[in-house]
Amino acid sequence: MAENLLQVENLNVNVDDKEILHGIDLEIGRQETHVLMGPNGAGKSTLGNTLMGNPRYTVTNGRILFNGQDITKESVDKRAKAGIFLSFQAPIEVPGISLGDFLRSAMEQRTGKRMRVMEFRKAVQENMELLNMDMSYLERDLNVGFSGGEKKKAEVLQLLMLRPELAILDETDSGLDVDAVRTVSKGIEQYQKTVKGSLLIITHSTKILEALNVDLVHVMVQGELVAIGDDSMIEEINEQGFAKYEA
Amino acid sequence: MKEKTKVSDIDRNMYDFRYDEKDAYKVQEGLTPAIVEQISKEKKDPEWMREFRLHCLDIYNQIPIPDWGPSIDGLDMDNIVTYVRPNTKMQGDWKDVPQDIKDTFERLGIPQAERKSLAGVGAQYDSELVYHNVKDEVAQQGVVYSDIESALHGEYADLIRSHFMKLVPPTDHKFAALHGAVWSGGSFVYVPEGVHLTIPLQSYFRLNAKGAGQFEHTLIIVEDNAYLHFIEGCSAPKYNVANLHAGCVELYVGKNSTLRYSTIENWSKNMYNLNTKRAIVAEGGKIEWVSGSFGSHTSYLYPMSVLQGRGARCEFTGITFAGKGQELDTGAKVVHNAPDTSSYINTKSISKDGGVSVFRSAVVVKPQAKRSKSAVSCQSLMVDNISRSDTIPAMDIRTNDADVGHEARIGKISDEAVFYLMSRGISEEDARAMIVSGFADNVSKELPLEYAVEMNNLINLEMKGAIG
Repeated sequence: MAENLLQVENLNVNVDDKEILHGIDLEIGRQETHVLMGPNGAGKSTLGNTLMGNPRYTVTNGRILFNGQDITKESVDKRAKAGIFLSFQAPIEVPGISLGDFLRSAMEQRTGKRMRVMEFRKAVQENMELLNMDMSYLERDLNVGFSGGEKKKAEVLQLLMLRPELAILDETDSGLDVDAVRTVSKGIEQYQKTVKGSLLIITHSTKILEALNVDLVHVMVQGELVAIGDDSMIEEINEQGFAKYEA
Repeated sequence: MKEKTKVSDIDRNMYDFRYDEKDAYKVQEGLTPAIVEQISKEKKDPEWMREFRLHCLDIYNQIPIPDWGPSIDGLDMDNIVTYVRPNTKMQGDWKDVPQDIKDTFERLGIPQAERKSLAGVGAQYDSELVYHNVKDEVAQQGVVYSDIESALHGEYADLIRSHFMKLVPPTDHKFAALHGAVWSGGSFVYVPEGVHLTIPLQSYFRLNAKGAGQFEHTLIIVEDNAYLHFIEGCSAPKYNVANLHAGCVELYVGKNSTLRYSTIENWSKNMYNLNTKRAIVAEGGKIEWVSGSFGSHTSYLYPMSVLQGRGARCEFTGITFAGKGQELDTGAKVVHNAPDTSSYINTKSISKDGGVSVFRSAVVVKPQAKRSKSAVSCQSLMVDNISRSDTIPAMDIRTNDADVGHEARIGKISDEAVFYLMSRGISEEDARAMIVSGFADNVSKELPLEYAVEMNNLINLEMKGAIG
C-alpha cells in the first residue's frame, strides 16, 4: 500500500461556531512517530479530538483519510474499530464499570471475537507488569479515584491491549512525576516495538520524547501548522520555546 | 448484528403473556359494603375480620384522595374488581397447580429459583395464593411461612389479630383503608427466637385478571436474635385498562435481629402501584430494605422504618427506573424513636423518554433519639432532555445531638463520557447503556443475583430500544 496511514487535507474545524483550526495538512506514514508541539491553546488537542471524531468539534472544510478511506464523517466507534486510538489528556471517570470489564469489551469490539476472562487476564498481565500496575486495578471502577499518573498508565495499558494502527497521545506526560513519565514512556516504546503502529504525540514538554525515536516534528501556533522538521527541533524548542514561531 | 428499531417501550415478552381468566369466583367491580361482605364470606373470615373490613371501608369513604403526589385520575374504583379467586385451591405440591397458572410461574422462573436457592416459596395468582411450600428443615426450626388466611384460623390466630394492620393502621391513608377492606392473599412469616435462616424465602405476586386489584398482605414477625431474608417479586401482563395494586407489608423485627426485605417490582405499565410498607425495629435490630421499582404507570412507594429500640438500624437501598409514560414517586421514611439509632438511605433513580421520577425522603428524629445518625444520599440520572427528576427531602430533627446528612445529585449522561467509551470502539448505545448500568451498579450488587441480572437486562433493553 503506497498511501499514507493518515492524510489530513486542508482541515478547518469549529468549536461552538468558532473556528479553531485553519486549513491543516498533515501526513503520517506507517510506523512513523510524529510529534505535535505548540504553546497552550494552539489547537493541538482540537486536532487530536477531531481525528478521533469528537462530536463537539465540527469539520467545516477539508477531509481526513485513514488507510485511504475518507473517515471525515465516520462515527467515533467506527474510527476506533478501524484502528485509531486517542489517549485522553484528562481520562473520564466512569463509575460502576471496572477497568477490566471495560478493557475486555473494548478488545472484543476491536477483534470482533468473544474473549474469556482467563484468556484476557493472561494477555493483560504482561503489559500491566511493564507499567508497574497491580492486577487489582482491573477490579477498580474505570479511572474513578485514580491519581493523574494512574489514569495515564491506564490509558497506555489500553493502547497496548487494543493495538491500534494510529495512536494519538494527547499530553500523556502532563502532570506526571519523573518516575511516571519514565513508565509511560516505556509503554510507548513497547507500542513502537511490538505493535509497529504510527504515533502522533501531542505535547508541550519534551521529557517524554527522550527515549523515543521521532521521525517528524510539527509546530502548531494559533490553529495552523507553521513548521515541520526532524527531531533536532525538539532540542531547539526545549531551549528557546515557541517565540520564534509566534510571529 | 440484527437491525435495531427504535421503540418507545421495552420488550416485555417475559412478562406480557397472559392466560384466559378461568377464575372460579370474582366479585363485581366497584366497592360497596355488600362487596366487602361478599369477600369476607368467600374467605371465611373470623367475625373480627369481617367487622374490621367494614370499619376500613367506612374510613376509606371518609379519607380524601392524596393531593400531593402524581395524578391517579386514571384510576376509577368503580371499575376495579377487588377480588378474583383463581380456579384452584392452594397447593403444596407444584404438580397439582393448574397448568396455565403453572406455566405462568414457570415462565417467570419461580419453581427453578425454589429448587436452586430458596428456603420456601409462595406464589400468588390474582387474589389468592396458589402454591406454598417450605423446605422441611426450615419448618423443623419452627419457621412458619404460610398464607394469612390459614394463619387466621390456626395456632397463630391471636398473633395475627394483635399485629394485623397495627403498624399500618387503616387511618394512615386512603389506600391503606382500602387495603384493610378488601385485602386478600399474601404471606405470614414467623421466625422464632435465635433462628438464622441462611437462605431466603420468596413470594411472587402475579396479577393476571384484567381491570383487577391486588391487595395482598405480608406480615412478618422476626423474634429476637434471628435473621431472615425475604424476597418479593411482582409482575403483571399489560392491559389497556387500569389495574391497581394496594398491598400492605408489616414487618416486626425483634431485638438484635436482622430482616432483609428485597423487592423487585415490575408491574405492567397500566398499573397503579399504591403500596404501603412499614417495619418496626426493636433494640439492636436492623431492617435492610432493597427495592427495585421498574414497572407500573404510577407508583407511590415509601417504605418506612420505625427505629423503636436503642441502637436500632435501618439501611435502605433503592433504584427506580421511570420510562415513557411512567411517573414513579418513590423514597423512604425513617422515624428515630430511641437513642443511638442510625439510618442510611441510598437511592438512585433513572428517568428516560419523558418518564418522571421523584424521590421523597422523610427523616424524623424524636427528642429521645439522642446521638442518632442519619445519612441520605440520592442520585438521579436523566438520560435525555425530556425526562424529569425531582428530589423532595424532608427532615424533622427534635434533638440537638443528632448527626444528620443529606446529599442529592441530579445529572445527565455526559457527552464526554460517551465519547471516551466510543473512542475505544464501543457503539454509542452500548456506551450509554454501560454508563447507566454503571450508575446503578452499587444498587444492583445488593439485589439477589437473578434479579441483578434481570435489572441489567432491563436497563440494556430500555437503553437500546431493541426488538427481540
